[in-house]
Amino acid sequence: MSSVHTLPRPNFLVSLSIIDWLYTALLWSGAFYAFNQYGQYMDSYEKSFLFGFAAIFSVMGWLWKPLRILIVTTGVTSLLAIIDYHSDLSRAQHAFFLKYLFASQSAIMWMSTLFVLATLTYWLALATRSKFAGVVASGLTWSAVAMGIIGLLVRWYESYLISPDVGHIPISNLYEVFVLFSIITALLYLYYEARYANRTLGAFVLPIITAAVGFLLWYAFDRHAQNIQPLVPALQSYWMKLHVPANFIGYGSFSLAAMVAVAWLLASRGILASRLPSLDVLDDLMYKSISVGFGFFTIATILGALWAAEAWGGYWSWDPKETWALIVWLNYAAWLHIRLVKGLRGAFLAWWAVIGLFVTVFAFLGVNMFLSGLHSYGTL
Amino acid sequence: MRFAISLFSLLAIASVIGTVLKQNQPYADYIIKFGQYWFTAFKWLGLFDVYHTWWFVTILAFLVISTSTCIYRNLPAMLRDMRNFREQATEQSLRHFHHQAEFSTQGNPLPSLKEYLTHQGFQYRERIQGDSVLLAGKKGSFNRLGYMFTHSAIVMICLGGLIDGNLPLQFEQAFGLKHIETRDIPVSQVPAISRLSVNNLSFRGNVTLPEGSSADVVFLNVGDGYLVQELPFRVGLKKFHIEHYSTGQPKAFASEIQVFDKGSNQPVMTRTITVNHPLIYKGIAIYQSSFGDGGTHFKLKAWDLSKNQTSWLPFAGSVHDQSPLDVDGQHLNVEFGDFHPFNIQDAGMSTPSKTSFGGNAVADHKNLRNEGPSFEYKLRTPDGQAREYSNYMLPILIDGRWFMVSGMRTMPNQPYHYLRMPLDPQFTLDGFMRLRAAMLTPSLYPEIAKRFAQSVLPHNINAQQQLIRSTIKELTLFSKDGYSGLSDFIEHNIPANQRDQAAQAYLKILELSAWQAYVITQTQAGQALPTMNDATGWFLRDSLNAINDSLYYGAPVYLQLSSFDQVQSSGLQLTRSPGKNIVFFGSFLLVLGVFTMFFVQERRLWLLLKPGHLLFAMSANRVTLDFETEFTQRCEHLADLIKEF
Repeated sequence: MSSVHTLPRPNFLVSLSIIDWLYTALLWSGAFYAFNQYGQYMDSYEKSFLFGFAAIFSVMGWLWKPLRILIVTTGVTSLLAIIDYHSDLSRAQHAFFLKYLFASQSAIMWMSTLFVLATLTYWLALATRSKFAGVVASGLTWSAVAMGIIGLLVRWYESYLISPDVGHIPISNLYEVFVLFSIITALLYLYYEARYANRTLGAFVLPIITAAVGFLLWYAFDRHAQNIQPLVPALQSYWMKLHVPANFIGYGSFSLAAMVAVAWLLASRGILASRLPSLDVLDDLMYKSISVGFGFFTIATILGALWAAEAWGGYWSWDPKETWALIVWLNYAAWLHIRLVKGLRGAFLAWWAVIGLFVTVFAFLGVNMFLSGLHSYGTL
Repeated sequence: MRFAISLFSLLAIASVIGTVLKQNQPYADYIIKFGQYWFTAFKWLGLFDVYHTWWFVTILAFLVISTSTCIYRNLPAMLRDMRNFREQATEQSLRHFHHQAEFSTQGNPLPSLKEYLTHQGFQYRERIQGDSVLLAGKKGSFNRLGYMFTHSAIVMICLGGLIDGNLPLQFEQAFGLKHIETRDIPVSQVPAISRLSVNNLSFRGNVTLPEGSSADVVFLNVGDGYLVQELPFRVGLKKFHIEHYSTGQPKAFASEIQVFDKGSNQPVMTRTITVNHPLIYKGIAIYQSSFGDGGTHFKLKAWDLSKNQTSWLPFAGSVHDQSPLDVDGQHLNVEFGDFHPFNIQDAGMSTPSKTSFGGNAVADHKNLRNEGPSFEYKLRTPDGQAREYSNYMLPILIDGRWFMVSGMRTMPNQPYHYLRMPLDPQFTLDGFMRLRAAMLTPSLYPEIAKRFAQSVLPHNINAQQQLIRSTIKELTLFSKDGYSGLSDFIEHNIPANQRDQAAQAYLKILELSAWQAYVITQTQAGQALPTMNDATGWFLRDSLNAINDSLYYGAPVYLQLSSFDQVQSSGLQLTRSPGKNIVFFGSFLLVLGVFTMFFVQERRLWLLLKPGHLLFAMSANRVTLDFETEFTQRCEHLADLIKEF
């Protein structure tokens, strides 16, 4: 009779370990410390963000254990980097740790390098079926993500050092959102890698991150896009902090799905089939990724509408970016309908997911390059 | 379903057209771009305002109807199904399940099975039939609500959008109840047929208010004209201001506005609105949308360039206004364009850009320089011809020397050609203007030429006479056509192999004559005698260039801005959109629905217990990989449970 209670319980609060609780305690004490120190300068949005994220990160860490290490490491390292600045921006050029590791620009360069290395290592792992190479590749990807997050957090602080009124969250231009895109796509991939206990897909997903990194480097070296610019009036809004990350969870998921679809298409023709997960697993991953992406893309578009209602005088202006967001949304809505209602599987959906990536990339970059409109922040 | 997908696709294609073709531009632009034939065709299809055409709205309406029908047809069955435990399932039907397993049992595992279901979050019904007991369990049934939420959300969002779209207006236009005004006339003269009443359900209109003015209407741009929307209040602009970051980029656009009661004309509210912070009053939202010049007043010096004049006349005008100007017997009309209080120029990087690695992410120290105010005007002659000018108020430093700069162009969209007039040591234009007058006054040429000849050939009288003649000739040529007059002369009179040398000599003569002219004019004006040094040399060369350019300036007058009184204007957008809340509620439902659909898993299971025998079957509305895994797990759980007995 008692064996019922030894089965896995749906109630997972009970299943949390002491480390989970320590982690949570650390997060919340950090939040309370920050509140105690700076609460008087915060408005109600900032207070709710502070505690809201303490809660969200707690739960996320419980659900996916490695995230705890990532959050604590990046948090502590960023704080150390910030302290090392001694409120003097010019230290980025000469203080050793800042110059070579943790000044935002250096950290982002490290991220870029690590992502490229991770891609190569994943390819090596796929080619040689080496378990060890796979583990190394995962490690490199985790490190790249950590450096990216540190880079953004430190950049956030640096923007305030330029001038308090210039300070803003670093997700306001193409350069910054490409870093965000790389981080989010890599994290999504790492989650699925752990969940399916299979490292071979890194060889497919990491190249798209490397492509983003390539763009990032070109953008930094050729256009000096790494410079922090103050926010134009239209972007000075709380909605940005929610709208942009939600959008990039969507973009990241859609990219991931497309790359898994490429793997599916190859495996279905017998290419690398013995090294890749089964077609069913790939198909399931593609579906999950698109549904997650669709959920967040829906949220992002709605947040965008709420913001537009406040900034532009209407929740929907048929601005090219809005319209393309709608097209992306309709595209994946149709994909999901075909799969769920018609029960269709296989090559057709895989091809569609790949084409979906092109639609998404157009909505993300093409609109900025070829069409003009209200979303003119990220012009190339 | 297929119908809905087709509608979705149509909607997507129409949307793409709308993004590729820039919407709501002036009709003239489209005619230039596509030609009359395609313009007419595109206009008939409504491609210049795709999202408000009858066919686009019809697709939306069909989508609403089709989705509503879908909900209406599926909802009752779905609700029934949600509540139903399907405890009527027979053994035979369970055996037909794809996911089913059988176990042999000892004793009575029923209580333990029940406990298992509760423990795993299932609700269940129990049905006893003879010696068999059926436990029918389900969980996550509200997954089905996701369907209902998302689909009704689509209906709500579309309906809200249709309410806020200009549907009623389109009807009124189609039946001739409203007429688009295309004339540029004062608001008070716009006839009632082009006016929309205060009670209009939804609108999105614009109005531009100069500082100190107010309005009780807004304008709705429709096609190639506009409609006038009456407001239930009057809105006035007290002050518009722009805040800047230390780097010069705009930080905030803010309008201090006042709302007046329409009846009593008393102010009821004063607020500052900025981008992202509108004011909502009586259900109408007032947004900061654009800004411009509201009629800045200028005080100007009109330098007469027509003759050998050295003086200026006082002149005045305002932005977007016209002032008549009589110069040299010509009746000119000055049409003032925009005024720019700042002209931030990037004078190139002052420091070489830093390496990307190890450097910090500070904005580069660009060599930004504010060149000061500038203003634009058109100078129209009585025959209707006009040239455009753009003049800077303050001197500009070019190659280490200071100039007054005026741009001229004959066609819009062309780049300006700049006239650069050098400043004299007193930092005024007077020195240049006097020199210019002298260089263009033929009666002075003998004197200039004589002085020049004496200075270079003090002892040779004959040669002096010859040099005087050729200098007068050269000055006359220059005064007519500038440098090109000289080069034409050289080309026609001097053999090719000597032209370079001749050109050098002619330039020298011109410069030295200019020096003499400068000495004469400075003396006449009672100024200190100029000294021959580098600075004066540059001044003379720059003056000659400017005199040459002034011959092609195309205007008998140069307007120098001496002071201004800035008046700004703010573009406000006023909207009333009752559909907004419906759309937002719909959006909320959509998110709720999407997440319910994807992340709540529906599960049903049946445990048919017969003496010594257990039949287990499981189903879900979507068979996924997770479901397969769960089925295997549950089989193991059940096997474990039963083993106890």
